[in-house]
Amino acid sequence: MIDLEPIARSDAPLARRNPVAKLAAALLFAIPLMATLDPVAPAIAIAVELAVLPLFGIHPRVLVRRAWPLLAAAGGVLVTLVLFAADRSGRVLLDAGPVLVTSGVLVTALGLVLRLFAVALPGVIVFATTDPTDLADALVQNARAPARFAIGALAAFRLVPLLGAEWQMIAMARRARGVEAGRNPLARLRLFASTAFTLLVGAIRRGTRLAVAMDARGFDSGVPRSFARRQHFGAADWLLVVGATALAGTALAISIMLGTFRPLIG
Amino acid sequence: MGGVRLRGFGWRHAGRRAWAVRGVDLRVERGERVLLLGPSGAGKSTLLAALAGLLPEDSGEHEGTIEIDGRPAGEARDGVGIVFQDPQTQLVMARSGDDVAFGLENRGVPAGLIWPRVDQALHRVGFPYHRDRPTAALSGGEQQRLALAGVLALRPGLLLLDEPTANLDPAGAALIRAALTRAVGDETTLILVEHRVADALPLVDRVVVLEPGGGVRADGAPEAIFAAHGDALAAEGVWVPGREIPPRRATGPAGEVLLTADRLGLPPRLAPTDLTVRAGETLAVLGRNGAGKSTLALLLGGLLKPGSGRLTASRDLAGKDTGTPPHRWRAPALAGRIGSVFQDPEHQFVTDTVRDELALGPRRAGAIEAAVGDRVEELLHRLRLARLAAANPYTLSGGEARRLSVATALATAPRLLICDEPTFGQDRRTWWELVDLFAELREAGHGLVTVTHDTEFVTALADRTLILGHPPAPTRGSGSAPAATADPAASTGGAPEQR
Repeated sequence: MIDLEPIARSDAPLARRNPVAKLAAALLFAIPLMATLDPVAPAIAIAVELAVLPLFGIHPRVLVRRAWPLLAAAGGVLVTLVLFAADRSGRVLLDAGPVLVTSGVLVTALGLVLRLFAVALPGVIVFATTDPTDLADALVQNARAPARFAIGALAAFRLVPLLGAEWQMIAMARRARGVEAGRNPLARLRLFASTAFTLLVGAIRRGTRLAVAMDARGFDSGVPRSFARRQHFGAADWLLVVGATALAGTALAISIMLGTFRPLIG
Repeated sequence: MGGVRLRGFGWRHAGRRAWAVRGVDLRVERGERVLLLGPSGAGKSTLLAALAGLLPEDSGEHEGTIEIDGRPAGEARDGVGIVFQDPQTQLVMARSGDDVAFGLENRGVPAGLIWPRVDQALHRVGFPYHRDRPTAALSGGEQQRLALAGVLALRPGLLLLDEPTANLDPAGAALIRAALTRAVGDETTLILVEHRVADALPLVDRVVVLEPGGGVRADGAPEAIFAAHGDALAAEGVWVPGREIPPRRATGPAGEVLLTADRLGLPPRLAPTDLTVRAGETLAVLGRNGAGKSTLALLLGGLLKPGSGRLTASRDLAGKDTGTPPHRWRAPALAGRIGSVFQDPEHQFVTDTVRDELALGPRRAGAIEAAVGDRVEELLHRLRLARLAAANPYTLSGGEARRLSVATALATAPRLLICDEPTFGQDRRTWWELVDLFAELREAGHGLVTVTHDTEFVTALADRTLILGHPPAPTRGSGSAPAATADPAASTGGAPEQR
C-alpha cells in the first residue's frame, strides 16, 4: 500500500510552499526529462532532486521507505532488459548461453531506470510534503478547480481506508457461510468477483450517504463558497515553479552539450 | 424561524409502487420538540428527508405541500439542519475544526466569522478536543457530537435528527443526548426519529405517530399518546417505554464445554481474554466501543487467526478436526460447527434469492438435495421469510435481512452460534422473535455467544456475561483485575449481571 499522509517536517522552506506551486514545479521539472533516452539528463535531475530533499524537510531514509515501489519497478526493468533487449550492440560483457549482456544493453537499461526515478521522485516528494486538505484548498483557491470536484474527491478519499477493512470483513463473512475457493483457480476468481461486488454495493451506498450529508450542509447550495483556510500563492511560489523549469532545462542543455542527448521521438 | 406546515403531503420513490409516506397533515410551531413515531416502513426517514429538502424532484413523485416558514422545503434548506445515523458518512474533512467549518464555507460565511462560530459550536456540544484533532481519531460518540456541531454552526431554525444514537454504544448515546439537551436552544424546532423511545422522551414534548398506510394516527403529549395507543404501537414493533420484558431463563444447567479461550487476543484490537463457551447456555459479551468485542466474536467464530493465546474446541464440537484450532478448519466444516452472524447482514449474502441463500450452507456441506429442500422450507417458515423466498437478499428491509442472516447461519445446524449485535436497530417485534429463537436453540442444547450493547437483550436472555476492556478500577476490591473478566457468580447459570 502506498502511504499518502505527509511525512515531512512541515516547517521546511520548500515544504511550506503552496501545494499547487509544488505540484506545478514537479510537473514542469519531470515532463521535459521524458524527452530524452540518455542517462545523463536524468542523472543530473536525480542529483538535483536529492540535493533539494533537505529543503523539503525529508530524511533520505523516509524517502526510501516511501519510494520502495519505485525500487521494485527499477529492479524489474533491469532484469527484463538484460534478458530480452532487442538491441545487443556494444562490447560483450557477459555471455552465458541465452543471456548476452552487452554495454549497449546496460546503457539502455540504466537510462530507463534513471528516467523512472527522475520523473517519479518529484511526485513522491510533493505528496510526501503536502497535506491533502491543503492541496484541495489550493486547487480551488489558486488553480480555480471546481470545489465540487476538489472537496468531493477529498471527502471520498477519507472513505478509502475503510474499504480495506470492509474487504476483510466480507471475506470472513463468506468463510463463515462455508464458502471458500480452496485451490481451484476458477473458484478463486468467482469468489474474488463476488466479494468485489459486495464491496462495491457497500461503497456506493456509503458514498451516496456521504454525498447526501454534504448537500444537507449546503455543498450544493450554489452560493459562492468562502474559504476558512487561506492558501497564498506568492513570489516564493512563483520562484519555485520558475526554478524547477530552469533546472530541468539546464539538465537537458548539459546532456545536449555532452552529446549524449537522444530524443525520444526521431 | 422553524415553523413547519404539511398539507396532504406524500412521497413515492421512483420505481416503487407503494407510497413511502402519504396524506400527512401536520403543523409544528417554532421551538416545539417532536418525536416522530411509527412502525417500520411508516415513512419516518422519508418525511425527515423531505423536510430537509433532500428529495430531488426527479427522484420520485410528490403530493400535497411541505413548507418551512411559508417556503417550500426545497427552497428553505438554509434554515434546516439534519443529523443522520452513521457518523462515518457525515464527516467530510480530516480535521475536526475543518469539518465544522465545511458547512459555513458552503453558505459563504465570511472567513473572519467562520472560526469563532466553529469554536462556539464545538463548545456547545461539549467537544473535548482542540479543533485540529483528526476526525479519524474520534470515537463514534465523539464523531457524532462533531457532526452535530457541524449542523449547529449553521444555526438552523429547524433541526432534524434521524436516529442519531442508533450506531453508538450506551455511553456514546448518552453523550449525544447530553449534547442535544445542552446545545439546542429554545428558538430551535426539533424533530426526532428515534428507535429507543424511552431514551428520546426527555428531549421532546410532543409525539406524532405516523400511520403506515398514510396520514397521522395520533398527535399529542407523550403520556397521552402512550396511554391511548401504547398497546397497539407495541404490537406493531414500536419500543413503547415502560413495558415489562419477561426474562427467558435457561430451564436446565449448562452442558459441556464447547470452546475454551486461553489468553486469546489480537493486539492491538483485543487484550488477552480467558473464557469458556458451553452448550445450552447464552454468554453475553459486553463492553465499550473499541474494547474488541467484534474481534472476539470473529476469533471465537474461527474467522481470524489469534495474535496471542489459544482457542481450543472440544472433541464434541470439533469432530474429526479435534486438536486443530477453529481458524484452520475448512470453511464448510466450520459452517457446520460454528455459525457466525455478522453485524451487517449484507456482508454475508452471496446468492440472488433468499431461498438459494438458505440452501447454500447445507449444499456446501454435502447434504442431499431433498434434505436441503426440507431444511430451507423449515427455516423460511420459522423466520417468516416464506413470502420473500424469491426476493433478492439486498432488497430486504433491516428486520428481514437480520432474520435471513440468522437463518443462513442456522441452515447448517451448527452446535454453536456467535452473533455480533443481532438486535441492533431492530424493532420490538423482530427483537422478540430473535429472543424466542435463541431461547429455543439454547433449550435444544446449542451454545450461544452474543456480542451486544443491548441491555434489555442481556436481561432477557443471558445466563452469563463477560465484560471486555474493564478499565483498571481506581479503587480495587478484588486483587488485580485482568483485561477481561467473566462474572464468576453467574457461571453457575444464575442471575445475569448487567453492565
